[in-house]
Amino acid sequence: MADVKLLGTWPSPFSYRVILALKLKGIDYEYIEQDLSNKSPLLLQSNPVYKKIPVLIHGGNPISESMTILQYIDESWPETHPLLPADPYGRAVARFWIKFAEEKLSSASMIFRTSGEEQGKAVRETVEVMEILEEHAFGSLKEKGFFGGEKVNMVDLAYGVMGRWFDAIEECSGVKVIDPLKFPLFCGWAERFNEAPVIRDNLPGRKELVDFYKRRREMMLAAAAAASN
Amino acid sequence: MAANNDDVKLIGAWPSPYVMRPRIALNLKSVEYEFLQEQFGSKSELLLKSNPVHKKIPVLLHNGKPICESSIIVEYIDEVWSSGPSILPADAHDRALARFWAAYLDEKWFPNVRAAPRAATEEAKSAAVSQLKEGLALLEGAYGEISRGKDFFGGERIGFLDIAFGSMLGWLRAVQVMLGGVKLLDEEKTPGLVKWADKFSADPAVKDVLPETEKLLEFAKILMAKAKPAAS
Repeated sequence: MADVKLLGTWPSPFSYRVILALKLKGIDYEYIEQDLSNKSPLLLQSNPVYKKIPVLIHGGNPISESMTILQYIDESWPETHPLLPADPYGRAVARFWIKFAEEKLSSASMIFRTSGEEQGKAVRETVEVMEILEEHAFGSLKEKGFFGGEKVNMVDLAYGVMGRWFDAIEECSGVKVIDPLKFPLFCGWAERFNEAPVIRDNLPGRKELVDFYKRRREMMLAAAAAASN
Repeated sequence: MAANNDDVKLIGAWPSPYVMRPRIALNLKSVEYEFLQEQFGSKSELLLKSNPVHKKIPVLLHNGKPICESSIIVEYIDEVWSSGPSILPADAHDRALARFWAAYLDEKWFPNVRAAPRAATEEAKSAAVSQLKEGLALLEGAYGEISRGKDFFGGERIGFLDIAFGSMLGWLRAVQVMLGGVKLLDEEKTPGLVKWADKFSADPAVKDVLPETEKLLEFAKILMAKAKPAAS
C-alpha cells in the first residue's frame, strides 16, 4: 500500500485545497506541518525548484503545485468523488477556470499585506477579477449548484479560498471587497461551498483565521514601516 | 468522440509558440483543421467572441465550441482524438511532472526569452541570460530524468512536454542571434537538450509548424519597430 504524505502550512489556502481533495476522496494521509522560515530537508528535496508547499508525496514520489496535485489525486484515485467532469469539453472548461484562479487570485493576498495606495490598487484589481468571475464563471452555475454540479469538484476547490479566507482578509484589513449586492452569484456559491458535506467539517475556524491574518498583517505593516524609516 | 465530419478550426498566428502547440498536437493526431490567422495588431470578432475573458490566441473551435489556453487545448485534443498516438503520458506521476515543467516554462522561463533582447541595459540583459541558462540547466536535468534514455520527454514519440518546450525553440534560436550569438543551448552544458532540439524540430508533426529562425528575426524587427515610440 503506497503511503501518502502532505507537506503544508496552516492555514495556507493552497494546503487546504489538497486537504479538502484528500478528505473528499476519503484518502488516508500523514500531514507534516512545515516551518517555511527554516525549510526541512524533506521539503527542499521534494520541491527543489520552488521550495514551496504544498507538496504531496505518494509512494515516495513528490508532486508540487496545488492544482497539479489535485489533478494527480483525481487520476490516481478515480473511483470515489470525481473532481473533474467526464467529458473532454467539460474538462477543458474546468481547466480554464482553474488556470484563471491560479493566475488571478494573488492580488487578493496583497490586500492584507498593504495599506493606503497599494492596498487600493490590490482592491481594484481583485474587484475586476470578481467581475469577470461573476459574469463568466459563476453565471453558469445553477442556483443550488457547484462547478461539479451537485457535488464539489476541483474548480470549486480552486475558488474555495475566496470564501472563508477572503472573509478573514476583509475583516482584518478593514476593507470590504466582495459586495453581496454586486456579486450575488459568487456569494451564493461561497455559502453553499462552506456548508457542503466534508468541506464544512474541514475548513479552518473563522476566528482562528482572522486572528492569524491580523497578526500577519501587523507584522508585515511593521516591517514595511521599519524598512522605509 | 471525434468523427470524420468534425469541424475543426484554430484561431492563431504563425509566430506564436502557444499557437504552435495545438497545431503540433492536431498533426500528431492527423486531424484536418482550418487555420484562421489573426491580422497582426488587431483582434477579429470571432476571437473576441470565442475568448471573451482573455481575448488571446490560440483558440480551438471544435464544432463551434471554443477551447482556450494552449496546454488545455493540447489536453483536449489528446482526450477527444483518443485513437491517435497519446500525447499525455500514461502514468499519473509522469503526467504531473509534464504539467509541472510545462507550467515552469510558461511562467518562469519563457518570459526571460522575450525579455532578454529588449532589456534596457547590459546588466539587465546579462541577468536575463543568466536566468535562461539556469533554467536550461534545470531542464537538462529534467530531460535526463524523464526521457529515461529515449529521444523525447515523452519517450519514443513526442509528447506533452516536448510540445510545450519545443514550441519555444524557434524563438530561443532567434533570441540567440539577437543577443549576438550567445549560446543558450550548449553542447557542453546541455548536450541532451541540444540533441533533443534537433530531433524535435525534424519530427514530421513539427517541421512545417516551427518557423525558420530567419522569418522570426524579420518578424521580431517589425515588433520592435512598432514598440519604439515615433521619433519626433
